[in-house]
Amino acid sequence: MAEYKGILVCGELVDGKLASITTELLGCGRKLADDLKEDLSCLLASDAVGGASKEAIAFGADKVYAVEHPALKEYQADSYMQAAGKLAKEISPRIILIGQTSMGRDSAPRLAFSLGTSLTTDCLDLSIDPETKLLVQTRPVYGGNAQAIFTSEFMPQMATVRTKAMSPLERDDSRKGEVIPTKIDIDMSKVRAKILETVKEEAVGIKLEDAPVIVCGGRGIGGSEPFQTTLKELADLLHGAVGASRPPADNGWVSEALHIGLTGKIVAPDIYIAIAVSGASQHTAGCTGSKHIIAINKDPEANIFREAELGVVGKYEEVVPALTNKLKELLAG
Amino acid sequence: MPVNMIVCCKQVPDPEAPPSVFKVVNNKMTLPPDVKPVIGQYEEFALEAALKIKDTGGGKITALSLGNNFVRDVIKKALAVGSDELILLEDEAFEGGDSWSTANALAMAIKKIGEYDIIFCGRQSSDWDAGQVGLGIAEILGIPAVTLARKVEVVNGKVKVERVIPDGYQVVEVTLPALIIVTSGLGALRYATLKGIMAAAKKQPVIWKPADIGLEPSQIGAAGRHSKLDKLFQPVKEAKCEIIEGETPAEAGANLAVKLREGKLL
Repeated sequence: MAEYKGILVCGELVDGKLASITTELLGCGRKLADDLKEDLSCLLASDAVGGASKEAIAFGADKVYAVEHPALKEYQADSYMQAAGKLAKEISPRIILIGQTSMGRDSAPRLAFSLGTSLTTDCLDLSIDPETKLLVQTRPVYGGNAQAIFTSEFMPQMATVRTKAMSPLERDDSRKGEVIPTKIDIDMSKVRAKILETVKEEAVGIKLEDAPVIVCGGRGIGGSEPFQTTLKELADLLHGAVGASRPPADNGWVSEALHIGLTGKIVAPDIYIAIAVSGASQHTAGCTGSKHIIAINKDPEANIFREAELGVVGKYEEVVPALTNKLKELLAG
Repeated sequence: MPVNMIVCCKQVPDPEAPPSVFKVVNNKMTLPPDVKPVIGQYEEFALEAALKIKDTGGGKITALSLGNNFVRDVIKKALAVGSDELILLEDEAFEGGDSWSTANALAMAIKKIGEYDIIFCGRQSSDWDAGQVGLGIAEILGIPAVTLARKVEVVNGKVKVERVIPDGYQVVEVTLPALIIVTSGLGALRYATLKGIMAAAKKQPVIWKPADIGLEPSQIGAAGRHSKLDKLFQPVKEAKCEIIEGETPAEAGANLAVKLREGKLL
């Protein structure tokens, strides 16, 4: 049996740069690697990896496996799995960390099953058990109504990590590491799912993930129109963005791109104003990282008041315009 | 073109139940008996995806579920809305499994069913939320899988899928047989018709035990796990919300603005 050693982070690139989740995984992986006194490696697979390798080292990697192939330009499972699967078998890491992102959700279970090992998805916390040296994996379950801690003796131990759950290290360009250009042949006859077209449905204005203020509407908003008027007016005033919990997205009141929650976007703005949002755990899973949560709901028993630090009980149709007008006045003065 | 479809469904505690009823006792989630189980929301979307294909090109739908002590009225909803057959992997030994043992048992059952063009799964169960079983089945069966589908059509003997990606979607084409993992955006599961409910009432599900799908007790349920559940717990949250009052809701709204400004939050 092969000896399993070291930690492998499966990285992601956005416009040729390391994705923020990858810096977070490297930050977390660095700590685990130091605890185990083993190396931290990072896989970067793309048509051109370029300067991102050095970036990965600056954020904590000891080794970067740079795999370049035209078929890796856009993530496609059958191509990517050939690269990630082959590398994982070659270097047999003890732990593989992947982001709980669009790509991670699609690739991590495939990789785990193809390697015959186990995987814990959407982890919020990872540590090394001092005695067994196993990876202790904590994740929310039951839509966020509980948390579970898992370990596995199957190697490699695999986990995906929720975005914004871990902190990256300070970027340090003087850090030393090794870039290993890695040639992997991709058999195109094994690519069974073909991407015919990629369509961007960009929301106008500030991206939800980058917005310092988010005004989020829930089921109680009752339709699409208030998202364009009442909520948008408040968001615009605060240079923020409008989001939604799952029911408005499911009902088609807003685009799916605005959906915040366990199965939507995970956000962590300075100010999160939840309006007519009941606060189901699967929604709050997407916003608990916010610095300040403010709730407006007509139901004083709504769960969102358990998450919020400030709240108003009342119909949003009355509360929100008054809030917006007063803020306009105060911000002008 | 008529296609043979299999839809994997899971019976879960109603995830829309208020958070306060979810209680962990002895490392197990326990819910009061008045919280009725349901078919998981994403599996309902998966059923709807299959029904839409049956509407246009015809075909057969087999609903497949794994568990123990199924509530017949709940799981039979799959038949009532239009599935042709319901197969239950129902046994005490299936309890306490993880993504690995569940995907393995479902894959063995699918092999036993034998004829299939499309297998549908939901993106993640509404209880454990792991999001692995569908892809696991595809790996075990060695067939292609497309995740996060919000639209599925059969075109010229292939499946065409709209796959949700951040800020948009992809159009993906895949050869049959394939496994399609469904997310929201496809439309809610249709209501059962009276005729459908009556037909479902008369129909009995097919029950398969572990031996029927060629699995040993050591390969299923808790014994077949690859991961160990060390602890299930509920972090204590202290409610500390300050409620801003006012004579009217509008006044409370204005007072909130003042509070936000005073606290230098804005």
